[in-house]
Amino acid sequence: MNTAIKDHAELAEAFNANEPRVNWHDETLWWVRQKRDKMAWSLPEWETLRETASLIKHNVLGNLHAYLEEFERNAQQNGAIVHWAADAEEHNRIVLELLQQQGVKRMVKSKSMLTEECHLNHYLADHGIEVIDTDLGERIVQLAKEPPSHIVLPCIHKKKEEIGDLFHIHLGTPAGNADPQLLTAAARLHLRSEFIQSRVAITGVNFAVAETGEMVVCTNEGNADMGAHLADVHIACMGIEKLIPQRKHLGVFLRLLARSATGQPITTYSSHFRTPKPGQQLHIVLVDNGRSRQLGREDFRNSLKCIRCGACMNTCPVYRRSGGHSYHNAIAGPIGAILAPNLDMKQYADLPFASTLCGSCSNVCPVKIDIHQQLYKWRQVLVQDGQTKAAKTAGMKIMTTVLSRPGLYKFAGKMARWVMRVAPGMVNNRFNPWYKQRELPPPPAESFETWYKKNR
Amino acid sequence: MSNSRDKIMAAVKQNQPPASQLPDLAPLISGAPASLEAFRKVAEGMGSHLLEVTDEAEIPALLQEHYPDMEQVITTDPLLHARAATFDWLTGDGRQLQQADLAIVRAQLGVAENGALWLTEKELQVRVLPFIAQHLAVVLDINTIVPTMHHAYEKIGGPQTGFGVFIAGPSKTADIEQSLVLGAHGAKSLTIIIKK
Ligand code: SF4
Repeated sequence: MNTAIKDHAELAEAFNANEPRVNWHDETLWWVRQKRDKMAWSLPEWETLRETASLIKHNVLGNLHAYLEEFERNAQQNGAIVHWAADAEEHNRIVLELLQQQGVKRMVKSKSMLTEECHLNHYLADHGIEVIDTDLGERIVQLAKEPPSHIVLPCIHKKKEEIGDLFHIHLGTPAGNADPQLLTAAARLHLRSEFIQSRVAITGVNFAVAETGEMVVCTNEGNADMGAHLADVHIACMGIEKLIPQRKHLGVFLRLLARSATGQPITTYSSHFRTPKPGQQLHIVLVDNGRSRQLGREDFRNSLKCIRCGACMNTCPVYRRSGGHSYHNAIAGPIGAILAPNLDMKQYADLPFASTLCGSCSNVCPVKIDIHQQLYKWRQVLVQDGQTKAAKTAGMKIMTTVLSRPGLYKFAGKMARWVMRVAPGMVNNRFNPWYKQRELPPPPAESFETWYKKNR
Repeated sequence: MSNSRDKIMAAVKQNQPPASQLPDLAPLISGAPASLEAFRKVAEGMGSHLLEVTDEAEIPALLQEHYPDMEQVITTDPLLHARAATFDWLTGDGRQLQQADLAIVRAQLGVAENGALWLTEKELQVRVLPFIAQHLAVVLDINTIVPTMHHAYEKIGGPQTGFGVFIAGPSKTADIEQSLVLGAHGAKSLTIIIKK
């Protein structure tokens, strides 16, 4: 997919070409959001939990240096080998070297957004190594040669008929069969043989505990465990912000994660990996890739608290109607839009504008990240930095002029109401990008000010 | 490589905000119920099947009835099943268990708020056992049920083994159009036998 030159609006336009499908996407995610609500409302201490989680993560950010040292020391004592990668490229190189040492050409990987961020699969493919993604959703998008469109639900944009076709081609399931039960059973057989053959397994990490040097990996499928326990070499890849101070803090985060993500009280498996199993090697790759820089941006450092639950995407009116691929970044949705400009301001300058700033994301976030406020702040940074398109900058300048002069504002409002009444085509035409996929209500007969004067 | 370590650590040290206190977890440790009823409701919601016994001697017959057609049964305690496999399943890299139809193990504790069971390497003996077996049966003493995850970690304390896992229900996925399917990669069913 060539997304380098297309921005969010253009990609969203392509997604919006099929209206029933957009509605289906929208409703499916809203249903997940409602399941989350039911879970949240069933716990009287929910808000205390969120606040506590946010404060723990705040403590982590302020002591990250010490926690990283503590984690490294304990992990080494546990028998793990710790690697440090300054950026995506170094991360990929470390993993490649480990694979080359083992002489493997094919290996299994469970869900890790970090490896997506680093484009590990492509890199390894270029070096002749095939990665088999073992999370069912990730395997599906991998077979379709697409990136995941959601951090928790990687193929949420795919219809079961499309998955049936993919499995027919790649796994030999009967043509035209789109039964989720049958397709899952076929994937189970296919991936079991991969697990049995694979000598190396890569997993992501949900939480790393400084106090114990252990890592917790959460899945519903059991794919991380099948891979890691059968392999001779387990490589765990994690961003440096995944640390939490103590084991007891896992109680807080495990209570929040699955409830926020899918509306389950906990994931099926929450695995605590501390030492390598006898005869096994355990490698931990700690990756920075811009995180230490984000840590220094006062307005944006809270984004590092993210536990990747996906709740902000499920609730986002823009994400639900534009699809994950429109964000052209490994992490989509509101959180992706505040993480991406830190990686590359120019390439991702469009993303903070892909929001209504309604604040729903901040309201559901289990670690209370001020997501919509950060989106708003990124806009200011990007405009000041000259990263926005000329038309948008000019439009915003005109708006600033109009909004800062009450007389001009009144006149402009009057003009707009008149234009919309007598010549609506001047507003809702194809030259006004805002009007795409939108309909304007009829203009009011008078301004609010006039109405207020008459009716107060 | 150590170069990157130093670079990252220096940048983190320079950019991290002023240190703040850790919050107190005490307000979260509520009086939520640790009852079997609370546990049952959530565990069944997660797809687990619950059976009850008052005497462990009832377990083999009960499991035979519940899982009649299992060819290879692996149990960490031979007293839990009459036809438990006798080959040396403890030796190997885990692949020796790929034909396992049913695994029977004991849990350290259960969590009422989410139906999860805590199992460690000590009970499992081979880490991959509860994942690779087609079906899983877990024996749980009713007195070990705790209300919430906070209580669970309090009781578990520091790590005693190299691996531990909370298991809440059979392996599942909803990746295909959000339809729930049991038996993704791990056990297709989970039966919890409550010892009263
Ligand atoms: S920003 Fe908050 S809501 Fe969004 S994925 Fe991260 S933790 Fe979840």
